[in-house]
Amino acid sequence: MMDTPVRDLTRASFELTVNGEVRRVDVDLRTTLLDLLREHLGLMGTKKGCDHGQCGACTVLVDGVRINSCLSLAVMHEGEAVTTIEGIGLPGHLHPIQTAFLDCDAFQCGYCTPGQICSALGMLAEVRAGEPSQATEDLAAEVIDFTDEEIRERMSGNICRCSAYPQILQAIRDVAGADA
Amino acid sequence: MRPFTYERAIDAAGAAKAAAKIPGARFLAGGTNLLDLMKLEIERPGHVIDIGRLPLADIVETADGGLRIGAMATNSAVASDRRVRTKFPVLAQAILSGASGQLRNKATVGGNLLQRTRCAYFYDPAKPCNKRQPGAGCSALAGLNRGHAILGASEACVAVNPSDMAVALSALEAMVEAVAPSGAMRSFAVDQTHRLPGDAPHIETNLETGELVTAIVLPPPPVGRQQYRKVRDRASYAGGLFSLAVAGKNLSLGAVALKPWRATKAEAALAGGASPAEAADAELSQTQGRGRNDFKLVLARRVITAALEEGGAR
Repeated sequence: MMDTPVRDLTRASFELTVNGEVRRVDVDLRTTLLDLLREHLGLMGTKKGCDHGQCGACTVLVDGVRINSCLSLAVMHEGEAVTTIEGIGLPGHLHPIQTAFLDCDAFQCGYCTPGQICSALGMLAEVRAGEPSQATEDLAAEVIDFTDEEIRERMSGNICRCSAYPQILQAIRDVAGADA
Repeated sequence: MRPFTYERAIDAAGAAKAAAKIPGARFLAGGTNLLDLMKLEIERPGHVIDIGRLPLADIVETADGGLRIGAMATNSAVASDRRVRTKFPVLAQAILSGASGQLRNKATVGGNLLQRTRCAYFYDPAKPCNKRQPGAGCSALAGLNRGHAILGASEACVAVNPSDMAVALSALEAMVEAVAPSGAMRSFAVDQTHRLPGDAPHIETNLETGELVTAIVLPPPPVGRQQYRKVRDRASYAGGLFSLAVAGKNLSLGAVALKPWRATKAEAALAGGASPAEAADAELSQTQGRGRNDFKLVLARRVITAALEEGGAR
């Protein structure tokens, strides 16, 4: 039996903003946001670790909010603004958090680093907005007491197999301190 | 991932109607559970109805002092809502104890409620599973069942419901609002949402084909304390081995059954003057361990007893 020709119905053409630039894409509907970034837009900074939302290497910011790009279809983000590590800072124009990761030796192999940095920026915005975490002692508090325990808990969705966690914590702490 | 066709819903009733009309259609909300399962081809929808832009994300106060939480509100939005944090802290605690920050930012309340089990055999297409393939058998019965059910399970399935949020909702006696393909709205208790496995573990909820959850409604907060306690292997980002939600006089247990387990026997025992340990025993008298999860009975008893003693129950 012949398959019904449905090729046109299994693709989508749409626009989204990536690192400040409007991009029109035409992709198989199955394309995840992660694969769109890497395979179609050539932005290889965002990494594919587990591809199941467990490791956090694919973390990007969508309209400023951190998500796992592997567990999102690209088409779900039509019209939205995606920021990847390339949009945060490039050599010569590093973001302070990238400088802090370098200064603190907050990585060895570097594979999880783009996700760690995007996640940390999203996380710091969540803290500034007063969003609580499991580590927040007083859920009713208006201002989050930004302890190391808070950072560890909030960054638990990003795995570092080199186990640079103490340095990642320090880098985030340094940037958060400069922020405040 | 298998190919599928796609539409973006513009209204809830229309989405429900479309889902009933097209066999094998699935609603896509945050995507954090469905897309994971689609990659493994455990979910193979021929048609995906993206409900991500439906205007169902508001959290509003109800006339009686409760809250109506739209099904598309993210887990983060609910846990961060000041009214939830101050009036329903058990719900905020339960949500914050699950998943990671990234996942909570995308995952919705409706999706959390309807997420599928994390049983490793359900996730492994190479192993028999009655949920994936009715009649195939349950690999967990004699397998690595450390995290599996001790209450309400069957020889067909010993999986547990992975939601922390649902355990808190159960203790808070929350209601679910849903729209049917006909456009009719109905409301039912969170406790009536999930089914125990029996001999048909592939039928997981009492929702009709195409029926779409539109909101969770919390009644006014109960008198008394609220608390969510979760025991797990890691301090963060791990499923529970056992959890307990306390909301006033209500108790619900998590990670013990294929649904959030309202501990009515323990509640009745406490009301009758039983001690915390006696109340725990009343609830746990019907448990059945499967070998590797026998410890859960002891764990459950200890956590329930400790929480009740801490709360001043006699």
